[in-house]
Amino acid sequence: MIMGFFRKHPQIAFVLLAALLLALPFLVGAGLGKSWVRVLDFVLLYVILALGLNIVVGYAGLLDLGFVAFYALGAYVYAWLASPHFGLHLPFWAVLPLGAALAGVFGVLLGTPTLRLRGDYLAIVTLGFGEIIRIFMNNLNAPVNITNGPQGINLIDPVAFGGFAFAGTHTLLGLKVSAAHLYYYLFLAFTLATIFVAMRLQDSRIGRAWAAIREDEVAAAAMGINTRNVKLLAFAMGATFGGLAGGLFASFQGFISPESFNLLESIMILCMIVLGGMGHIPGVILGAVLLTVLPEALRHIGDIQRAWLGQVVVDPADLRMLLFGAALVLMMLYRPEGLIPSRQRKREFHAEDSVAEQEQASLYDARG
Amino acid sequence: MDIFVQQLINGLVLGSIYALVALGYTMVYGILELINFAHGEVTMIGAMVALAAIGLIMGAAPELPGLVIVLGGVLVAIPACMLLGFSIERLAYRPLRRAPRLAPLITAIGISIVLQNVAMLVWGRQYIAFPPLLPQGRHEILGAHITDLQIFIVLLSVAIMLGLWFTVRKTRLGRAMRATAQSREVAELMGVNVNTVISATFLIGSALAAIAGVMVSAYYGLAHYYMGFMLGLKAFSAAVLGGIGNIAGAMLGGFLLGVVEALGAGYIGDLTGGFLGSHYQDVFAFFVLILVLVFRPSGLLGERVAARA
Amino acid sequence: MTALLTVENVTKRFGGVHALEAVSLTVQAGEIYGLIGPNGAGKTTLFNCMTGLYTVSAGEIRLEGHPLHNRKPHQIVARGFARTFQNIRLFANMTALENVMVGRHVRSGAGVLGAVLRGAGTRAEEAAIRERAQQLMAFVGLGRKGRALASHLAYGDQRRLEIARALATEPRLLALDEPVAGMNPTERRQMGELFQRLRDAGVTLLLIEHDVKLVMGLCDRVAVLDYGRKIAEGGALQVQQDPAVIAAYLGAA
Repeated sequence: MIMGFFRKHPQIAFVLLAALLLALPFLVGAGLGKSWVRVLDFVLLYVILALGLNIVVGYAGLLDLGFVAFYALGAYVYAWLASPHFGLHLPFWAVLPLGAALAGVFGVLLGTPTLRLRGDYLAIVTLGFGEIIRIFMNNLNAPVNITNGPQGINLIDPVAFGGFAFAGTHTLLGLKVSAAHLYYYLFLAFTLATIFVAMRLQDSRIGRAWAAIREDEVAAAAMGINTRNVKLLAFAMGATFGGLAGGLFASFQGFISPESFNLLESIMILCMIVLGGMGHIPGVILGAVLLTVLPEALRHIGDIQRAWLGQVVVDPADLRMLLFGAALVLMMLYRPEGLIPSRQRKREFHAEDSVAEQEQASLYDARG
Repeated sequence: MDIFVQQLINGLVLGSIYALVALGYTMVYGILELINFAHGEVTMIGAMVALAAIGLIMGAAPELPGLVIVLGGVLVAIPACMLLGFSIERLAYRPLRRAPRLAPLITAIGISIVLQNVAMLVWGRQYIAFPPLLPQGRHEILGAHITDLQIFIVLLSVAIMLGLWFTVRKTRLGRAMRATAQSREVAELMGVNVNTVISATFLIGSALAAIAGVMVSAYYGLAHYYMGFMLGLKAFSAAVLGGIGNIAGAMLGGFLLGVVEALGAGYIGDLTGGFLGSHYQDVFAFFVLILVLVFRPSGLLGERVAARA
Repeated sequence: MTALLTVENVTKRFGGVHALEAVSLTVQAGEIYGLIGPNGAGKTTLFNCMTGLYTVSAGEIRLEGHPLHNRKPHQIVARGFARTFQNIRLFANMTALENVMVGRHVRSGAGVLGAVLRGAGTRAEEAAIRERAQQLMAFVGLGRKGRALASHLAYGDQRRLEIARALATEPRLLALDEPVAGMNPTERRQMGELFQRLRDAGVTLLLIEHDVKLVMGLCDRVAVLDYGRKIAEGGALQVQQDPAVIAAYLGAA
């Protein structure tokens, strides 16, 4: 009934949603504690990351397991240009686009050699790329100190508008506003922009081309789609959002190290997409929200253990990846289309045998 | 000491281990066209189970000779890994045989993460030392050192590979495997029980992985819940280098990759004027993988010429 | 009449196997040209060479003088040469209309910026794409089925949809790979009518068939392939009576 009301009056729904999003950090801060405002910030960051990877995996059907490399690149670019590490302190509005653009360029560079590869090879190669980047981050501290190795880079400048830095606590209009609150609004703006771009791209000439190569690359090429460019475009777009999120992360956290950009991070972002529903924006958002909030909630498992067993037997942080892995397997086995799938994906994963066989047969045709 | 010969020896030893793991990838790929992402973790579980068993045997009968204790560990690890590999195929891959390609790949990644984290919960985050049970003799050859353990690893690997080669070429099971790899449908029509063949493939691959797991932990003197990841990736690279799906290729690729890696690690410092050091060893496998996939996706011995578009 | 497509001494080897051996032929603008031959004669291989899915081992293929051999499929489509597939290759999980809209890709230009900003130009282009796609759906007789999923269409409709999708790329030459395979006589007659209407609309047709009788009433000229060689070419009647063709089809050789 409520949904029906909102459907009839979309303006009211819109206003309510906007009010909720604006008030959310204060509601959460008051209800759950200050640490949850930071969780909220991370939720938004992961929504950006997941929507970025979704362009590559969900739209174009290219399984990229090295996505975190672009996240890392964005973060390191930000750290290099706005921290005491090189003594540079450029403003965020210059650094952030630079990091995102550089990540996009790297997306094309890394994408190029993988273009001829079929899905599963692509996954391994991108995974290899991710690892290479991580190995370099870990070791490029000597003889020239570029990344400061495993210690990472510290004291990264917070985002600042003129003299107003996103650090400490400000009092605005009589409200006490912490840095976490300020970053929430900044991230919210970027998240909404990302959602907007992702939606527009999906429903466009480019989006149709991506869907076509995902469905049947040979047929897409035979219909005049330059599969090479269209795939590279997907890599570039995804990487750009990864780089953007990386820059935001670096400024928000004030500290980065290779530890934050390991393979598991890539897999967690992939997990968000799979869990929510590949290619479907609301699904991907839901996946990002769930997988960011659940691990936080999991921390309470530690408290429960202490209360019941007198000690912490299993560290909840250790359980996190285990549950992610299990979730990937169970989702693929029982609900491959995700929690809230797009119409299209649901059909793909529940295609009748005949369609699967046709695909198989046509594959052989292409090989000749 | 001659660095070149020394690195060559180290490379061949590592390479023989890569080859054993690579065989598991290549056999499964040949038959199912699936990258069994969890195979590296099966290797890790093999090392872990063997070490646990070795610990138990040492506690119960410390007077046994070291080699017998290690053998005992291997004999426990092999069936454990076979059961694991068999279950993975039955529970995670078989139901998805008709699903889109992305689906089994994602399950494979999921299984891999689950195994890693289960191992971490059971055996902890710390490195586990491999007890000094094996002969420690060192020999000098062409200005380099080679240990008893290294000789043993290479000889055993070669023997196992010859055994596998014979199985695939000369036995009924081997014939059924080759037929299934050619065409699952036709093999089925010819009366081959394809499911049995697939299960057998996973069993054999997992047994090899168990042995390789023990070898690698004995060689480095330690085991760790995360060891399977890198080992698996390198072995996969070796399989691709040799031509995935091709058994002889996996063996060749394993040895080659081991040598490339050892020589690369030995000389990268000189090549880059000291800019990059031997801690970049792990990068070589990926570069080899990427180069092969870009320039010769069929690998060295691969027969299928068609690009995997 | 002018030559639209010229194929000169095209050879294609797979390993040691000669799939095509110095095949030459010329398709005139405005005609319906048939390419026939027994199964395995190399018809689809020639198609794949012409449309850029295979590289040729030797020889040349030109469309109005522009070389097509060893060009990428999308470049060939852009030149005005589209195709369908023997075993229908639609984008199964997209709607019928979306399938045809994909075909407009090569005749439209909105990029990322256009997609995101969606200015007047992009909106107009999208509207034009949709309208053209709907016209083509109507042209092939699927006017009311735009919203159906491609995979849910009946077999014959899927064939028509593939033709509409190919037409969306605005080809001057349309190559159809066994377009009436598996159809009953009524459906075949309707498809034949569609081909005539296509020709009237100015599209030259290149038709692969292995059933000789079928192409006879339809094609202006026919070439016969056998074991990768062209064994005959000419008017339908003339080819039908060619001893080499009869031998090839009866397996008497």
